[in-house]
Amino acid sequence: MATLDDSRAGAAPWLLSAPALLLFGALLLVPLVLTLLLSFRVFSDVAGVQTAYTLKNYAEVVSDPYYAEIFLRTAGLALAVTLLSVLLGVPETIVLARMKRPWQSLCLLIVLGPLLSVIIALTHVLVPFMVMSVWATLQKLDPQVEWAGLSLGGSPLRVFRRVVLPQIMPGVLSGSIIVFALSASAFATPALIGGRRLKVVATAAYDEFLGTLNWPLGASIAVLLLVANVAIVMGCSRLAERRFKHVFE
Amino acid sequence: MTFLTLQGLSKRYGDFTAVEHLDLSVERGEFLSLLGPSGCGKTTTLQMIAGFVTPSAGRITLGGRDITQERPEKRGMGVVFQSYALFPHMTVAGNVGFGLEMRNMKREERAMRVAEALDLVRLKGLDARYPKELSGGQRQRVAIARALAMRPELLLLDEPMSNLDAKLREEMHIELRAIQKRLGITTILVTHDQVEAMTMSDRIAVLHKGRIAQLSTPFDAYERPATPFASTFLGRTNTLPGEVLGRNPRCAVVDVAGTTLHVPHEGREVEGAVHVYIRPEKVRLANGDARMHGRIANRVFIGNQWLLEVDTELGTLRVAQPNYGAPPPEEGHEVGLAFTDDDLRVLTRESAHGNA
Repeated sequence: MATLDDSRAGAAPWLLSAPALLLFGALLLVPLVLTLLLSFRVFSDVAGVQTAYTLKNYAEVVSDPYYAEIFLRTAGLALAVTLLSVLLGVPETIVLARMKRPWQSLCLLIVLGPLLSVIIALTHVLVPFMVMSVWATLQKLDPQVEWAGLSLGGSPLRVFRRVVLPQIMPGVLSGSIIVFALSASAFATPALIGGRRLKVVATAAYDEFLGTLNWPLGASIAVLLLVANVAIVMGCSRLAERRFKHVFE
Repeated sequence: MTFLTLQGLSKRYGDFTAVEHLDLSVERGEFLSLLGPSGCGKTTTLQMIAGFVTPSAGRITLGGRDITQERPEKRGMGVVFQSYALFPHMTVAGNVGFGLEMRNMKREERAMRVAEALDLVRLKGLDARYPKELSGGQRQRVAIARALAMRPELLLLDEPMSNLDAKLREEMHIELRAIQKRLGITTILVTHDQVEAMTMSDRIAVLHKGRIAQLSTPFDAYERPATPFASTFLGRTNTLPGEVLGRNPRCAVVDVAGTTLHVPHEGREVEGAVHVYIRPEKVRLANGDARMHGRIANRVFIGNQWLLEVDTELGTLRVAQPNYGAPPPEEGHEVGLAFTDDDLRVLTRESAHGNA
């Protein structure tokens, strides 16, 4: 190693990183520079992008309130997400850091993996179905029933647990059935957020149809999903009906 | 001995005053009704006593202890609601035993008390039913049993009979009053039904626009109304506008449409424009001793009595004639009418609160 001269020693790191640099230059730097140049070009509705240069594009974005609103919304969104990430992420990290060995890795995997993201996104999409369903039963609840519980000496918490909660259970159950069925068969959200790494049954069927072109296999996956979904939903409804038969008309 | 006292109790919702400076004392063992039309503040008053609604001003004391700020679950009052408010997911026994369960009473003792309460309202053997499987009358009995199983010192009834049909309601009036007397439990009933209030109560508080318009025994409330509102709200009455001409120690001399009447004033100040009241059942058809004559304008038969409208020199008088057997003369006939001065009442017109 000592025989290597200085010039060759100086070139070695560059040569070694050349492929990465090339990739970086071609895929990031070049498009960035091109975009920068493009932003100064003149645009004509009739003839498209012209060779002449101008500052008009920047002037338009800066002066038009339409873009101002969009930029502000984006900034607000970014700020809100940052704040929430701090609020959730900091305590989460502290908890993770104090966890024992195997659990720590497992939880870290969950946090970093796409599964949690898909769960969060689907929850966000489907929570309204639960709210609507519970809302309907809550509307039917006799408001005097809560007072009755209090007058009989129950604390508000005990009255909620023994009197209110059992009465909104049918709503919770029907909401659960809807949410379960919809998330089990969800396609768009897992496909967008989970990407190709995290497959669910719906995206797997899609891949068989359009990726491997194995249509029969894709079809059998889809049929199995449908049958399982119907069986679970029907079973739960039956169970709920039987359980609450005496209670509600 | 005064058991429950309301002092200057008020409830305001924004600009609306539901209850205005209400003073009321209830004796131990007494049955008192808060009677009035909807919106008179009777239910709000009950809800403040129960602790569901916080008063805007005033004090509530129970057995000498100030409970104005006490939470409803600490007050230990039995409440029967208009909707009954039974727990639909619990059996009859579960409903009746709920209060005892909240007190962490042992299972065996609880079962005994539940059976006892159900026995009291004659619902033995229905322990395992769900509210849905009961009739309206039975549900109401469960609600009463649930309140009584706690052995509360004070029982609050919020229009408990308004969802029952007329016959059942009459039966429940008598039965509930009997239970109340047997247990000696202090009871406050909120109702808009004057027959209900009269049948069951020791005293009636007639409420009007958040204030007490009359507070007396049912008999006095009907016979000696203290305010124009109480006169017209309790039962039917003839209201005759008149003018006070003079006054002697016993009677006010009142001119009604040209006829001079001597009306007992019972010590009240009456002057100027007044109303003279006479109940339809105090006016009777008469021949020899007729005091005035009139023509029957309208005649209606309602079974136990005839309701007549007779055009007289005082104006149109409603007359209630018990059904003795023979029908009264038909419409258009001249009849003689009789009543005594003692049956007349007089109150100064437009006095909203009277001088009770």
